[in-house]
Amino acid sequence: MELTFYIASAIAVLSTIMVITRYNMVHALIYLIISFLAIAIVLFVLGAPFIAALEVIIYAGAIVVLIIFVIMMLNLRDETVEQERSWLTKDIFIFPAILSAILLAEVIYIISLGEHTMLDQPSIDSSAVGMSLYGPYVIGVELCGILLMSGIVGAYHLGRQKKKIVHRFLEHAEQ
Amino acid sequence: MKAIPVEAGLILAGVLFMLGLISVLIRRNIIFMLISVEIMLNAAGLAFIVAGARWGQPDGQVMFIFILTMAAAEVSVGLALILQLYHQLQTLDGDAANKMKG
Amino acid sequence: MEDFLWLVPALPLAGALILIVASGKLSKSVSGFIGAGSVGLSAVISIILGFRFLEDSTIVIKQHLWSWFDVADLAPDFALHLDALSMVFIFVITFVGFLIHLYSIEFMHDDEGFTRFFAYLNLFVCSMLILVLADNLVLMYLGWEGVGLCSYLLIGFWYKEEKNGYAARKAFIITRVGDTAMAIGLFMLFQTFGTLTIQEILNQAPQALPMDSETGTIIAFLLLGGAVGKSAQLPLQTWLPDAMAGPSPVSALIHAATMVTAGVYLITRTYAIFELAPLAQQWVGIIGATTLLIAGFSALTQNDLKRVLAYSTISQIGYMFLALGVGAYSAAIFHFMIHAFFKALLFLGAGAVIMVLHHEHDMFKMGGLQKKLPVIFWTFLIGSGSLAALPFITAGFYSKDQILWLSLAGEKGNIWFFLAALTGAFVTAIYTFRMVFLTFYGEEKTHVSHPVGSLISIPLIVLGVLSLIGGFIELPHTLGHLQLFTDYMAPVVPANVLTSGIESSEWLIQLSATALCILGVGIAYFFYMKRSDIRAELKRSMIVTNRFWYSGWGFDQLYDLIFVRPYVFISTINKNDIVDAFYAGIVSVSNFFHDAFARTQNGVMRWYIMGIVVGAIFVLSIGLLFN
Repeated sequence: MELTFYIASAIAVLSTIMVITRYNMVHALIYLIISFLAIAIVLFVLGAPFIAALEVIIYAGAIVVLIIFVIMMLNLRDETVEQERSWLTKDIFIFPAILSAILLAEVIYIISLGEHTMLDQPSIDSSAVGMSLYGPYVIGVELCGILLMSGIVGAYHLGRQKKKIVHRFLEHAEQ
Repeated sequence: MKAIPVEAGLILAGVLFMLGLISVLIRRNIIFMLISVEIMLNAAGLAFIVAGARWGQPDGQVMFIFILTMAAAEVSVGLALILQLYHQLQTLDGDAANKMKG
Repeated sequence: MEDFLWLVPALPLAGALILIVASGKLSKSVSGFIGAGSVGLSAVISIILGFRFLEDSTIVIKQHLWSWFDVADLAPDFALHLDALSMVFIFVITFVGFLIHLYSIEFMHDDEGFTRFFAYLNLFVCSMLILVLADNLVLMYLGWEGVGLCSYLLIGFWYKEEKNGYAARKAFIITRVGDTAMAIGLFMLFQTFGTLTIQEILNQAPQALPMDSETGTIIAFLLLGGAVGKSAQLPLQTWLPDAMAGPSPVSALIHAATMVTAGVYLITRTYAIFELAPLAQQWVGIIGATTLLIAGFSALTQNDLKRVLAYSTISQIGYMFLALGVGAYSAAIFHFMIHAFFKALLFLGAGAVIMVLHHEHDMFKMGGLQKKLPVIFWTFLIGSGSLAALPFITAGFYSKDQILWLSLAGEKGNIWFFLAALTGAFVTAIYTFRMVFLTFYGEEKTHVSHPVGSLISIPLIVLGVLSLIGGFIELPHTLGHLQLFTDYMAPVVPANVLTSGIESSEWLIQLSATALCILGVGIAYFFYMKRSDIRAELKRSMIVTNRFWYSGWGFDQLYDLIFVRPYVFISTINKNDIVDAFYAGIVSVSNFFHDAFARTQNGVMRWYIMGIVVGAIFVLSIGLLFN
């Protein structure tokens, strides 16, 4: 089982690296899906099958699809690829890489300070999660509901294409 | 059967988070920034699952569900905003929206 | 009537307040009536009070008005103290002041600042009365400062001309130097005596200050400094000639009769301290003697009519200081009273002459006014005679003569004081009659514009009469030995002590003084009436000395060199205000940081995210470091 874990995590890291270095948006999204699928395998190995399913359904299946839809809606053409090529140069990686490396080093140091244990618990299936969710964490569920509702309303409202109202004095300036 | 150290899981989450962070910092296209944020959120959720699996409690998974919900809502609202931005500024350049400078 | 003592300073104050508040709304005649009337009422009250003193001059009238403040051990009161000394002063101030107010009604009639003038004059009279009536030194200091302020306001009365403002400022600043010395003297007095009430100080003085003590001498010198400033004696005498920029009534009241005698009053009041510090008292005499000589010689070379009178005032107050220096307090006060009469007369007459000659100040451009202005001529002649101490008929003879006699014969007198006073008398006669001859005799160089009215003539006549008969109350031994004034002043000041065996030679002193006076008149007549060509020749040959004496013995130039130039130099260096540079530096540093931080807000989102990341690293590092 450990082997599955290590292989899947390697694939996840590799595909994430591919995501962050692509010029084409859709290509990056495909790699992102692969990353998510690999993470789902990792989650399954860690004993969270329900969450692994959720990861595939919602993350890979809804969020990424949403992004693809918006890309299609924006009707982006090939010049975005050229644009991205011009924006994403090699030397731009250096400083953020340094910062992130420092942060990563600190995080790894903090992790290593804790006591070393092994993950050998039995897997927690959906019924346990459900009991916990609608038991002690029912308030969180309610809040999630409200959050989703506000997300829907906000997305609808913000996504509307209104005609820009410009004062007639400024119309001349607009042209 | 499983002999995966906790640190491995956490380090995996950390590495993924760092990659997402690098991507957020270097990308100028807004959609790519959004994608990078998703990577970071996913990594954070993974850390929670690892924590829950270490103690054998469903609390980590519950937390992941909450994070997932939030990510979904955030993506939808963020994409709507990106649509508006594209409509106003006719570009997907994140630096173009810099009227708040000074 | 004693309860009305407070009205004496209060009436002019009320007049001043009414005139200040209602300025511009009152007609000129009403303002003049209020201004002169308030002082006139004070004069009436003080004369009525004076009659009580004439019966018995040992009485003291006190009136406690209210307690001023009470801090630590210092509790001065607004309390008035009227004794024989103050009586003389308030009589002179109110009576001569009233005459001058009458004169001003006509003199200032065409001036637009008429009401303001009377307001200031009334305020001055009130301050001077408080000065002489105060029963403690703090209240006297209040009056002292008040007269300084009014002097400034009145010298610079015609403020639209710049030089008047400069003259007023000069007067104020120079007297300020003296005032500061006096204030320090008051501090030391309080420290020594624990109180500043004058009578208590005088009573406790023999115990608290042993003879010739260091503290006593320093206090006496500091008080002398204050007196020197106000009375325009050496070294602070340079302001008085320039103060002639004010209107002539101001010169008459403030710079002849009253304010400049405040120093004399101070020293006489605190005589006990000076008695216990013989060194300081000697210096009072030395200052008086040198000043009278310097001013006398300077007056000899002046062209401006009022400046001659100004230097003459400095010289005559030098006589008073000389008298104080030899311990002849009653003689000094007597000379003060007579001097107030004739000097006010001379200034008022000079003002009238200048006014009718279209504001011509130069004596050499006057002349031939003998027939044209008879009243002014005769009163001016009387005043000049009194100033020159013409023998027997004028009051000035008796008062100056007494000083001359006591400067030699007094216990603390010596031959040098006497010679200085004698020379001064000689020079006084010369310059006085030089002034008379130049102004009134000879051919008429400027024409008279209009005759003077009665409001000018009457005060002149009254003062003229007083200048003649005022001296008859104090006749020397050889001429009848009448000592009314000295007896009157006896309760308040120590008696004149003569060195033994010298009384017999009094007639010799008087003879020499008389001879010198007549000789002086004769010399003036010769040089200015008969043979003015010789005079011009003499002036040309002694032009350097002439210029030196003309500039007041170079004191203005000296002070300019010692004080003014270094101060202006330092101010020019500090023009950019070195101290302020520190605060400007703070401003520029914060501006720099503001600009630097403003650049971090560039609106680029990635920049902000980077900021968050850097912050996160920072916080984590700190957490790791301290764990």
